Amino acid sequence: MTLVEHSRDILPEQFARWFAQRGWRPRVHQLELLAKAEAGKSALLIAPTGAGKTLAGFLPTLVEIAQRGAPSRKLQSTGRAVTRSQGLHTLYISPLKALAVDIARNLEAPVREMGLPVRLETRTGDTPASKRQRQRRDPPDILLTTPEQLALLLASADAPFLFGTLRRVVLDELHSLVTSKRGDLLSLDLARLFALAPQITTVGLSATVAEPDDLRCFLVPQPLSGIAMADMVVAEGGARPDVAMLDTQALLPWAGHSARHALHEIYDLVRGHKTTLIFVNTRSQAEFLFQEMWRINDDNLSIALHHGSLAVAQRRKVEDAMAAGKLRAVVCTSSLDLGVDWGDVDLVINVGAPKGSSRLMQRIGRANHRLDEPSRAVLVPSNRFEVLECEAALEAIADNAQDTPPLRTGALDVLAQHILGRACGEPFLCDELYAEVRAAAPYADLTRADFDAAVDFVATGGYALKAYERFAKIKQGKDGRWRITHPRVAQRYRLNVGTIVEADMLKVRLVRSKRTGQQVPRGGRVLGEVEEYFIEMLTPGDTFVFAGQILKYETIVENEVYVSRSTATDPKVPAYEGGKFPLSTYLAARVRAILADSKAWRALPDQVREWLEIQEWRSLIPPAGDLLIETFPRAAKHYLICYPFEGRLAHQTLGMLLTRRLERAGMKPLGFVANEYALAVWGVGDMQVRLQKGLLSLGDLFNEDMLGDDLEEWLAESALMKRTFRTNAIIAGLIERRYPGEEKTRRQLTISTDLVYDVLRKHQPDHLLLRAARADAATGLLDIKRLGEMLSRIKGRIVHKALDHVSPLSVPVLLEIGRETVYGEASDELLREAADDLIKEAMQ
Amino acid sequence: MTDAAAAPYFEGILIAGTSLIGDCDGAVYWPQERLLAVADLHFEKGSSFAQRGVLLPPYDTAATLARLGRLIMRYAPRAVIALGDSFHDGGGPDRLGDADRTQLRALQAGRDWIWITGNHDPEPAKNIGGDFGGALVIGSLIFRHIPQGENGEIAGHLHPVARVSHRGRAVSRRCFAADATRMVMPAFGVYAGGLNVRDAAFADVFGTLDFTAHMLGDGRLYAFAARHCRPD
Repeated sequence: MTLVEHSRDILPEQFARWFAQRGWRPRVHQLELLAKAEAGKSALLIAPTGAGKTLAGFLPTLVEIAQRGAPSRKLQSTGRAVTRSQGLHTLYISPLKALAVDIARNLEAPVREMGLPVRLETRTGDTPASKRQRQRRDPPDILLTTPEQLALLLASADAPFLFGTLRRVVLDELHSLVTSKRGDLLSLDLARLFALAPQITTVGLSATVAEPDDLRCFLVPQPLSGIAMADMVVAEGGARPDVAMLDTQALLPWAGHSARHALHEIYDLVRGHKTTLIFVNTRSQAEFLFQEMWRINDDNLSIALHHGSLAVAQRRKVEDAMAAGKLRAVVCTSSLDLGVDWGDVDLVINVGAPKGSSRLMQRIGRANHRLDEPSRAVLVPSNRFEVLECEAALEAIADNAQDTPPLRTGALDVLAQHILGRACGEPFLCDELYAEVRAAAPYADLTRADFDAAVDFVATGGYALKAYERFAKIKQGKDGRWRITHPRVAQRYRLNVGTIVEADMLKVRLVRSKRTGQQVPRGGRVLGEVEEYFIEMLTPGDTFVFAGQILKYETIVENEVYVSRSTATDPKVPAYEGGKFPLSTYLAARVRAILADSKAWRALPDQVREWLEIQEWRSLIPPAGDLLIETFPRAAKHYLICYPFEGRLAHQTLGMLLTRRLERAGMKPLGFVANEYALAVWGVGDMQVRLQKGLLSLGDLFNEDMLGDDLEEWLAESALMKRTFRTNAIIAGLIERRYPGEEKTRRQLTISTDLVYDVLRKHQPDHLLLRAARADAATGLLDIKRLGEMLSRIKGRIVHKALDHVSPLSVPVLLEIGRETVYGEASDELLREAADDLIKEAMQ
Repeated sequence: MTDAAAAPYFEGILIAGTSLIGDCDGAVYWPQERLLAVADLHFEKGSSFAQRGVLLPPYDTAATLARLGRLIMRYAPRAVIALGDSFHDGGGPDRLGDADRTQLRALQAGRDWIWITGNHDPEPAKNIGGDFGGALVIGSLIFRHIPQGENGEIAGHLHPVARVSHRGRAVSRRCFAADATRMVMPAFGVYAGGLNVRDAAFADVFGTLDFTAHMLGDGRLYAFAARHCRPD
């Protein structure tokens, strides 16, 4: 008897009937998961959207509860001693609050239709206090919640009572959860659950990933040596997706991300389909595209907008309308990467760069949730480089090549938060907790020294100077157990739990420009919100692009930024674009390969091929493994352009370090600008002549040793590093989060983490928080790890091309000068004139 | 100061006819009186936060004392005046660590030491040596904590910081805010925050924007007219 035959046998009659009534047949993977559960095994289910993943995850639970029968009676919590035959059976963890709510709604149907004695409830930040209390006392059979809520539940004295009866944990969208610090937090909470309820098994639900074994490890406690893995069930793949690049009739832009050129073509695609999801990469692009679509929406199609800055209620409204089949299109960001399955989407349009193949495939999977029909998707590159990236993504999809990131090494700041949480719950012994924490896959390699350092940090700050014993947050009792010193500590922990640290936002208000000596007039319209760190970089009078216009920064009044309309044609200040995913290393390599192989150009649109041919003629096309560096003079400045294709963040760090070196070499660099593909540096000194005379060496300039002293020096003052440190300090609980409305009073009570960073860096450079900040900088805002890999890759493989003017390949990055914006690139028209001049010059 | 180039640490600032040296470590030295003045030391700010559960690195007092020690080595003053808010709170003197207390005593040895009281430390403390006073008049100068805009006044309290921009990049530094008749000194403590000199509080002291921000640079001061400094 095969596994499937066996498992069909174990599907109770009641369930078999229900499937039949619905006209469904249980899917193979659903039955396989049931068999795993019956055998007491944890399992990872890899399945595309629309494969009935959720039902598969819950089927074992529903079957078990159906067989168990209705709960007998209620019990009050009195601590660990109470043993119960029934209680919380299954815990479901989702990355999104909304998803938990939706899944609960979706599960209610089978529960009701089969008349199962199942009580299922959600617990999110929105759950009223009375209900939360009742849930602790009298838990439902199935509780649907988020990692943060789970952490809070675990950090209480009655956690052993609440979770003692637990049988199963279902982790939804696991591929998405494990890539962030939330995944670290979840892994630690899971380790706690394994300790509290050794009988539990886990079910992970995931999209296809590059390394499923990483996820399998995440799902089970890790032994002290070697590794343990959950079983794996792979759902049959559906029909191959039908993906194409938009063959635009319009002129392909050289830079920018608006995709304005393809607006009518996108609209026609929407008109030709029942329901279309239009994915873009940033909120501003979503806003922009949404407005532009409505401008040409002659047919009055119901087109909606969905992104993370919109109010929750508004997002829910869009989701509900979508579920009800009332919408023709939704313009959305990654806010819809995850979430409920909508059966009726028949087209996905991805506007802009795909960034990564797995990510794109997951988005495409949002179309047509009937597995036997192919998902249909159209890629719309918004500029020429993105054409190459789209082409690379199409090849990757054809090869079904995944590029999800590898499993994280657990962060130390998250560990510190967890340790405090543990002390808020049951007092712990260090030996026990260390063993427990190492059962979590991301922390399997955690050293005892690091663990002890984290405990020390939580207790008294972890300082070499033992000054704070009397202010300790946790203390070891005579029984050897660590417990909190004051209930206030637990209160604060609860307010600061979680790993998501939002940037402080300021409202942007439009006012009339101030005349000299006068007060800035108040009032005016609010244009939106902008990150505080961005404004801190500005000085009054600076111009920047926001909400589709060039604005002049006037002043900050309380928590609002006052701006006025500017007559400038070039915004002065670029900005770091947060929240954008960098181009994956895998796709980057493919893009380089396409570029290097002129035969591959045949697949590209004529305009792009022509562009590359002129580049080949005017400058050169770098071989796939080489780094091309071009130098040329322009408008009394000297430019150096390189094309590492390593993503904006790594390029920005490279730009910072390179300008330091050029400064030392007397080249008087004036600035730099980076995009996903290239970096441009310009200065007063003639770098070209110095290179040609051998007075300046590119090998030295791009030497890996820039990640030594130069990096150190820069980190000492880097605003990005200080921002990273601030996040670490908040997650680890050194300082507290700021809450809206409290700013004014709290600002007086808070201390700038920049000052703390400076002092700590000087007096205890190996402090836990600095190590955490370094680990984050390696992969986060500074992407140092990727830069290091690039520098090592191109060693001895630098090709220099001295030019007498701008090269075609350099035009896109040069167009970024002064146009990088906080929220997007809506100023295209204004900049077109400037762009045209450059292009004419390059293509002559 | 004719010897300013040879001795890069300081710069002459004339207040009410008295020639003072503005040191780029954030102190004022009065050669004629061999007097060193510092403002807003905010000792034990770290432990002040710590007792409220925010365990900031406890190195602030030692770091501030080390900087003060360098200045005392440099000028060997006959007297040191701390212009108030020397401790972040009233409990600060009791929380002072042993090593820091020893260091403070060593710095006080052989010279007069005057603690001007501030709003953070209004009461004289017992165990920190030195003499206490609400203000101190010497010659044409008056040293006090909160500036009142008086002629010859050397005060602290406001923590002046100036911000200038050049080639699109902004630099923010602590500074002496001074005109010909009065001065507001920069905060000296490493954890002390700052207030932009374009804030209305400075206009109240100086009456106009006709004052200079002497920004603390690396090895020297940089003077900018306040009206050329950037508001936040």
